[in-house]
Amino acid sequence: MAEVTLEVKELTTKYITRYNEDIYAVDHVSLKVEEGKTLGIAGESGCGKSTLALSLMGYYFAPLHYTSGEIIINGQNITGMDPDHVRKSILGTEIAYIPQSAMNALNPTRKIINFIEDVYQAHDFYVTKKDIYDRARSLFETLGLPAEVLQKYPVELSGGMKQRTVIAVSVLLLPKVLIADEPSSALDVTSQKMVIKMLRQLMENDLISSLIFITHELPLLYNVTDDIMVMYAGQIVEKASAKEAVFDPLHPYSKGLMGSIIVPEQGLRDVKLAAIPGVPPNLKNPPPGCRFAERCSYCRPECRVMSVGLRKVGHEREFRCLYSEEELRKAYLKEANQYAR
Amino acid sequence: MPAEKKICLSAVGLTKIFGFGSSKTLAVDHVDMDLYEGEVVSIVGESGSGKTTLAKMLLGLLNPTEGDIYFQGVKRDISSHKKKQEYWKNIQAIFQDPFSSYNIFHKIDAVLLDCIRMRGGGKLPKEKKVELMTEACSFVNLKFAELTNKYPFELSGGQMQRLMIARIFLLKPKILFADEPTSMIDACSRATILDFLMQLRNEIGMTVIFITHDIGLAYYVSDNVFIMEHGKFVERGSADEVILHPKAAYTQRLISDVPKIYEEWDLSTV
Repeated sequence: MAEVTLEVKELTTKYITRYNEDIYAVDHVSLKVEEGKTLGIAGESGCGKSTLALSLMGYYFAPLHYTSGEIIINGQNITGMDPDHVRKSILGTEIAYIPQSAMNALNPTRKIINFIEDVYQAHDFYVTKKDIYDRARSLFETLGLPAEVLQKYPVELSGGMKQRTVIAVSVLLLPKVLIADEPSSALDVTSQKMVIKMLRQLMENDLISSLIFITHELPLLYNVTDDIMVMYAGQIVEKASAKEAVFDPLHPYSKGLMGSIIVPEQGLRDVKLAAIPGVPPNLKNPPPGCRFAERCSYCRPECRVMSVGLRKVGHEREFRCLYSEEELRKAYLKEANQYAR
Repeated sequence: MPAEKKICLSAVGLTKIFGFGSSKTLAVDHVDMDLYEGEVVSIVGESGSGKTTLAKMLLGLLNPTEGDIYFQGVKRDISSHKKKQEYWKNIQAIFQDPFSSYNIFHKIDAVLLDCIRMRGGGKLPKEKKVELMTEACSFVNLKFAELTNKYPFELSGGQMQRLMIARIFLLKPKILFADEPTSMIDACSRATILDFLMQLRNEIGMTVIFITHDIGLAYYVSDNVFIMEHGKFVERGSADEVILHPKAAYTQRLISDVPKIYEEWDLSTV
């Protein structure tokens, strides 16, 4: 069995608003990432994907607060560590993060190489400037980025190039786990492909050992990841392999998400796009029962009152629904037959 | 569908050059295009291929360096403010970034009232106006009673984009430019937005031009697709023809770059 690089047990984090209300944006999330594997996280905006990514790093700043749970990175439990220590010796070296708007992640007044020097300095690596330059150049060359980029200011780079630079900088200190939070959502298809190719290269060259990839674009997720985790309202609603999650989703929400896929392929023009009606619930006072009940077309009265736990199917698969696997499949089949008529 | 399709907007030799001297950039290069009434067209290209510049010229927001635009067979004249206003009654747009498409100092009522005024309903009694606004909001599944007295920043991106469609519902233009209407919102709301846009099109029979880099979306919604590279159309034709059997090398590359779910996605081609 492969080594587990990141293990999260029942992690709960909350936002405290200025009116002193608690908003649990990540609610009892457990996950495991093995070495050499890619985990995808899918979900609508406002489902807690990005908050989960921030929480995984173990470095909390207001209004985000840690509540309970454990994060174990590479055998090291980082919960309860001093935040300064986490920032210096965990972030960047054990776990790294590519922010959503990498376009704005670079300081416009500094050259890329200065930015890289800052990274080394912040982690107490006392190396000479020459050394830093050589290391950065060799890294950039392995990743297929031109070395001239190092001497440029961010404004001189195109959007795709900026994104790839940020990715390269984030793996400078050879982290074990890399979290990519929508790394390609602002890019066009060609730059997107370059970014994905680069993430693959990172895995192949052993610069990182596992990747967590967050996006709402399912075709992309399907092509990049091994396992997919669907989040809804701060909770995991389904965990499955990429193939199962896309072609055979069990939870009604995942089913709805998969219905919104548009790809330019034969025959998909006549498929009706299925939008999920409504909006995610307000997490200030989440509904007592199933959080998806409001928007679910298979909702039963007891769904609204009974709290739902994760149900295990087979070896690795889990989903959160009151219905059992057979009942759900029956319901989907019935609906499909109705369409056919 | 009538056999004879009428051309509602056409461009002849449309060119735009930004800058001058050594920094001259040819953004749109002698583009000819005809748009027929009631059809849905997509203009697809990478960022920087001149899609938005072309749309802005057709909208009358930018002056073309060269070339003419004909609206319903007559040469377009937007030399004065009044004529421009008249033109914009027929041709409207939805932009990419819903957060910057609204005047942040104006309440949502004011946004919708403006539309009613543009359609010549400025003198209507207040109840009638509210009724119209409620109808428009309910078309896109928003509740007017919840929106009234709110500012745009209080809405989410998807709600803002839906409100944009409510505006179009009130204005009932002949041509609608949708400049990447779904690229800032997540995949789930995308289906909703597209649904409303298509419903609206069927209701008022307008021509819709999608400007997008999302080839899946172009394939899904449009009758005809134009592929643009460096300010020129490299391929045009019906959606099935262009997307499933691309001829130009550029189109082939573009389509191979899209992640697919039934076919293998080849990463080695970049």
